Amino acid sequence: MSALNIKKGSTSHSAYELRDPNGDLIESHTLAVLVDNESGVLARVIGLFSGRGYNIDSLTVAEVDHEGHLSRITVVTRGTPQVIAQIKAQLDRLVPVHEVHDLTAEGPSVQRELALFKVSGKGEARIEALRLAEIFRANVVDSTLESFVFEMTGTPEKIDAFADLMRPLGLREIARTGVAALSRGA
Amino acid sequence: MRQMTGARMVVQALKDQGVEVVFGYPGGAVLPIYDEIFQQNDIRHILVRHEQGAVHMAEGYARSTGKPGVALVTSGPGATNAVTGLTDALMDSIPIIVISGQVPTFMIGTDGFQEADTVGITRPCTKMNWLVKDTAKLSETIHQAFHVATKGRPGPVLVDIPKDVQFATALYTPREEAKTSHYQPRVRGDEDQIAKLVDLIETAERPVFYTGGGVINSGRTASVLLRDLVAETDFPITSTLMGLGSYPASGKNWLGMLGMHGLYEANLAMHGCDVMINIGARFDDRITGRIKDFSPHSKKAHIDIDPSSINKVVRVDVGIVGDVTLVLEEVLRQWRARGSKTNRAALPKWWAQIAEWRAVKCLTYKNSSTVIKPQHALERLEALTKGMDRYITTEVGQHQMWAAQFLGFEDPHRWMTSGGLGTMGYGLPASIGVQVAHPDALVINVAGEASWLMNMQEMGTAMQFRAPVKQFILNNERLGMVRQWQELLHGERYSSSWSESLPDFVKLAEAFGCKGIRIDDPADLDEAIKEMLAYNGPVIFDCRVEKHENCFPMIPSGKPHNEMLLGDADTQGVIGSKGAVLV
Repeated sequence: MSALNIKKGSTSHSAYELRDPNGDLIESHTLAVLVDNESGVLARVIGLFSGRGYNIDSLTVAEVDHEGHLSRITVVTRGTPQVIAQIKAQLDRLVPVHEVHDLTAEGPSVQRELALFKVSGKGEARIEALRLAEIFRANVVDSTLESFVFEMTGTPEKIDAFADLMRPLGLREIARTGVAALSRGA
Repeated sequence: MRQMTGARMVVQALKDQGVEVVFGYPGGAVLPIYDEIFQQNDIRHILVRHEQGAVHMAEGYARSTGKPGVALVTSGPGATNAVTGLTDALMDSIPIIVISGQVPTFMIGTDGFQEADTVGITRPCTKMNWLVKDTAKLSETIHQAFHVATKGRPGPVLVDIPKDVQFATALYTPREEAKTSHYQPRVRGDEDQIAKLVDLIETAERPVFYTGGGVINSGRTASVLLRDLVAETDFPITSTLMGLGSYPASGKNWLGMLGMHGLYEANLAMHGCDVMINIGARFDDRITGRIKDFSPHSKKAHIDIDPSSINKVVRVDVGIVGDVTLVLEEVLRQWRARGSKTNRAALPKWWAQIAEWRAVKCLTYKNSSTVIKPQHALERLEALTKGMDRYITTEVGQHQMWAAQFLGFEDPHRWMTSGGLGTMGYGLPASIGVQVAHPDALVINVAGEASWLMNMQEMGTAMQFRAPVKQFILNNERLGMVRQWQELLHGERYSSSWSESLPDFVKLAEAFGCKGIRIDDPADLDEAIKEMLAYNGPVIFDCRVEKHENCFPMIPSGKPHNEMLLGDADTQGVIGSKGAVLV
């Protein structure tokens, strides 16, 4: 298997390991995992998380290399530094896994999620929903006289914030894709 | 490239991979493969009596030869019966390839007869598995399966083949033309990390080598290098259950096995060392005891081919990812190039301390002239088989620990036991797998009567294929280890831990057509063992032993290494409620 492409012990603030790996501090990490796009591979990755008691906060997967049949899994997970290190090592030793990148540890990254919101209402609530959508740069992708479907791309926090605002205005449904992420720079 | 059916491809691919023997059981979904097996003479098929037996036999074959073992099972129950063996092989890193039949592709998902989601069920207990839906991909997948099973940290793999894929024809891909896998684990250790290990070797005042199954899995050269390193440094060495034989038990630096039922000197050396060099072991909970108090004052180095083993449970100071053979070669090269230095001023003091611990003679037990003590039975077995071409398998429990304590292993691949999973019922089929690989050797399964009954149907296999395996059953009519824990932890309430309605083992032997021997008088022990060894065929040896013997030394769960129990007198109220929660 390819060598683990992880800058061991680095954080976004320092080139050195400053944290106690046995500490209880829970961190959130975004991992990008390149895998063979074959049946059962996603089950093997998810099974690793459930079987060893790791958390999945968000998971997205799609084929990104149609010729090489490689899929990119973006998984947001939580744990102590030692647990995060284990998750990366456990993922990397799976046979169909080609590469594991810890986007949180390797430097700055961009994280985006797409969400659809169905908001129904009349009168002032409906106008307020549309006004807030403009502020958040959400697009209207469907509308009836009593409802909108907004489309929004952003960080999970931005999507959470928008959902909180829509709730009293008649939020009916949300669909979220989970996080897709890339490291910044060349 | 040749056109052939999927079933023929299976046999051809196995031949290309150098497979000599397959352990299996036929059924509807593998009939085309069995038809191909029938029409050739290169691969021998051993018909088992239960698919669990097939996988354990493949494990016994693999563990005693260093080559991958192969099992062939049908769909549905055939595959589910293989699950325990697969998990056993996963825990102990044993390379095996299981080929399973599946219902035809067009029936998958319809709850067909003998259909099971085999790749789904076996996913967590294989290193990798494949459902092959296209005959054109079958031969390449089988070659890939052998590659994955044997490269890096070895382990079990499974190839699930629907029946229509076995019937259909396609071009066969020979081994050398198969697409190379991206799966190429790192085998060469980092030289800078190895230099740090050499620093530790040069300065250590109280060093200890702690070796495991990784040394054996790495191949015979690893054991040779290990012996060189031990001889040249003159450091003490201990090993896990899985690693016995990589350093000879007769070697002067040998401390004996460590861990929960390990030797006093081995565990105290681990506790008191200042440099611990872990070679191919994984800080299993049976070894470490309470993690917080595990070897508190040592610098630890860890050599392992699996990066996820490093810092998994114990944080180490020097982690070296690589194959033991290549890493030890580099360690020796660097250390010798730097002048083969050790801390010669400090080492004699450490050895003097170890001599004090050895003088405790922790394996001492009270022998008897009226009842056979299990330890005594094993001491006699050891004495009467010394120097023979001997392989030992075991079941799981007290007898397993006594065998590890009282039998000496001079070479790797001579000791086959279920370590990680602790599978009762492993030993008998494993012994048959070993015997098939080594037809002229002496193969003994040291067993307890309860474990042995779990797969006793395989005596039929031993008879049919003339595998003269010796079943050395230490019969205490108890689930001995369970009983011991109930005595120490559960107020002597012996819930379901005795063996009632046991068969008459001598008559059972006769029913299978082999030899049965029963003894209960210590005076008859030597003669009976000699009779067993002299018999040219399988023997069921019913050795009636002391029923309430406990296995010592013992580190109770939740205790550190320096709080070992040495005998019955030590056991009053030793395990707190926290320890009782641990296994």
